[in-house]
Amino acid sequence: MGLLKIENLTASIGDKEILKGINLTVNPGEIHAIMGPNGSGKSTLASVLAGREDYEVTGGSVTFQDVDLLELSPEDRAREGVFLAFQYPVEIPGVTTINFLKTAVNEVRKYRGEDPLDAVSFLKMMKEKSKLVEIDQALLSRSLNEGFSGGEKKRNEIFQMAMLEPKLAILDETDSGLDIDALRIVANGVNKLKTPNNATIVVTHYQRLLDYIVPDFVHVLWNGRIVKSGTKELALELEEKGYDWVKAETALA
Amino acid sequence: MSKENDILEEITSSDYKYGFTTDIETDVAPAGLNEDTVRFISAKKKEPLWMLEWRLEAFKIWKEMTTPNWQNVHFPEINYQDIIYYAAPKQKKTVNSLDEIDPELRKTFEKLGISLDEQKRLTGVAVDAVIDSVSIATTFKSKLAELGIIFCSMSEAIENHPDLIRKYLGSVVPVKDNYFTALNSAVFSDGSFCFIPKGVRCPMELSTYFRINTANTGQFERTLIVCEDNSYVSYLEGCTAPMRDENQLHAAVVELVAMDNAHIKYSTVQNWYPGDKEGKGGIYNFVTKRGICLGKKSKISWTQVETGSAITWKYPSVILKGDDSIGEFYSVAVTNNYQQADTGTKMIHIGKNTRSRIVSKGISAGKSQNSYRGLVQVMKRADNARNFSQCDSLLLGNKCGAHTFPYLEVENPNAQVEHEATTSKIGEDQIFYCNQRGISTEDAVALIVNGYAKEVLNQLPMEFAVEAQKLLAISLEGSVG
Repeated sequence: MGLLKIENLTASIGDKEILKGINLTVNPGEIHAIMGPNGSGKSTLASVLAGREDYEVTGGSVTFQDVDLLELSPEDRAREGVFLAFQYPVEIPGVTTINFLKTAVNEVRKYRGEDPLDAVSFLKMMKEKSKLVEIDQALLSRSLNEGFSGGEKKRNEIFQMAMLEPKLAILDETDSGLDIDALRIVANGVNKLKTPNNATIVVTHYQRLLDYIVPDFVHVLWNGRIVKSGTKELALELEEKGYDWVKAETALA
Repeated sequence: MSKENDILEEITSSDYKYGFTTDIETDVAPAGLNEDTVRFISAKKKEPLWMLEWRLEAFKIWKEMTTPNWQNVHFPEINYQDIIYYAAPKQKKTVNSLDEIDPELRKTFEKLGISLDEQKRLTGVAVDAVIDSVSIATTFKSKLAELGIIFCSMSEAIENHPDLIRKYLGSVVPVKDNYFTALNSAVFSDGSFCFIPKGVRCPMELSTYFRINTANTGQFERTLIVCEDNSYVSYLEGCTAPMRDENQLHAAVVELVAMDNAHIKYSTVQNWYPGDKEGKGGIYNFVTKRGICLGKKSKISWTQVETGSAITWKYPSVILKGDDSIGEFYSVAVTNNYQQADTGTKMIHIGKNTRSRIVSKGISAGKSQNSYRGLVQVMKRADNARNFSQCDSLLLGNKCGAHTFPYLEVENPNAQVEHEATTSKIGEDQIFYCNQRGISTEDAVALIVNGYAKEVLNQLPMEFAVEAQKLLAISLEGSVG
């Protein structure tokens, strides 16, 4: 009944192996946090799931709703319902967020055999979702991410997530570079979008985001492996003792 | 890196979608160029003696000239004796309504997506359709006539408005301006003439579709637009050509004249056959376009979207003679596969307080070469002249080239001339970002390119902006994946 099932996943960039056997099952309705020190492979895992071509998958499998995710192109993964909120959202000059999302939403609909949304329904949907994630409508008429502040970029990512209604959302270091107010708004957006049918993977370095997005499970990634899993208390323990504690424990094991 | 190149190759290798020939009888001149050819053309068109003499004089000048070689394009020498200089689709009689047009011809228009009656009904655009050399149908002519607007083929204009033609033909682009203008002046087959009288604002977009059809036909179009005081016209030229193996020569001349307070907006969407993936075939597009702001506060704007032709060589220019006049040039030039483009503009500031603005967006893909060449000249008398130039280049892949050749000649110390240039590449991260939102790589490239070219596309009349966007996407199909 798993939405996402990762088994023994290994991946490398060039000659360097970064993921060394990841196992993770995510069920609908769950929020998983993946934590770990810098360079442990958190962002690599997010990128590999989304299909970034810089990484080579060398072994293991990823099943998403009974489909072999690794066989799909990045766009088909997105159309199947995998969403990645980028750590560094990309700027596209001259293309408004509205225009960009209209293309994206309709591509996804086409893939699912649905008719494209007409302009009126699209704008109505946009209005509702922009309220939900508290994003200024004026921002959406500007070139995508161009000249946006860090907080605006991240909020725009969550807005896109709201519009695309993914089954699995992966938030890659969404908290980096956010002040506390922006963090709260972003987290509120994520919480409001939660349903019993979708799931979220929150990739983060710090515990503070998890004060706002409360995870069902917390996993610690270190040196390309998940070395410890637990509930939200694990995050607090990490905050207190630091990652060295886990590293030491792993070295002993 | 190599993956990106594969993608590029894939998108750049799509086939030309307008490649088909129409099977209609044509009335052609024998190949070759001499005085008899000029006489043949003139006789075929039943021209008056003054026109024939004008052509013969031009032919004499052309014979003395040599092909220019300063431009940044390369092509084998053209044998001017192999070209057919005149080909008219055979029509039994002159047509009065669209219904009388040869059905084969109508089909051609439909394949091009310009069904005349559709356009007539839905868009309110008056279309002067040119297939090969003779104007087939002119719509809306009577409606325009009520306002005193003349919009007709050049042949008709020579017959019915000889005074205007004798006054203005060759007045902006002299016969001996360059090799190709001399050639055009000698053998031009047809084209459009447009005259907007004093105080009249032309109520609709005027549009011409050119199409090169007969094999080995050089097409030599001649366009002349005259706007009297306080008048306005927006004119669109759209071009497609069927697929051919041999290179076809196209050497048109366009002249614009704007009097006091007149405004001419001239837009071009050009998607002639660019040749195949190996660089075989395609149109040579050697065009001279020039406008003169003769009157005070007059304005001429050129907007062009160039996606076709094997070689493009054109510099739509404005001579800013009237005080306070304005010249604008907005351009998107796309080159793919083995296409070569050397295009830009000339802004010649003569009058006081004259202003010009240049926005050029080059897009290179495949193994193509794309050059911007622009001249901004400020004469001694042109106090307070202003120019702003923005030249951007976008590269897809790493086998193409972008070049910028700006020339500034300023003789007046009060002038302000600004030039900005950028070069960028479509980033893999931009494409991946689009992919991650469910957008295919091909659509992502189209989206990014359209965003990049937006400032220029915004200058096009609404319905053509949409067409131009599609055209950009088609031209780059297969170039990134």
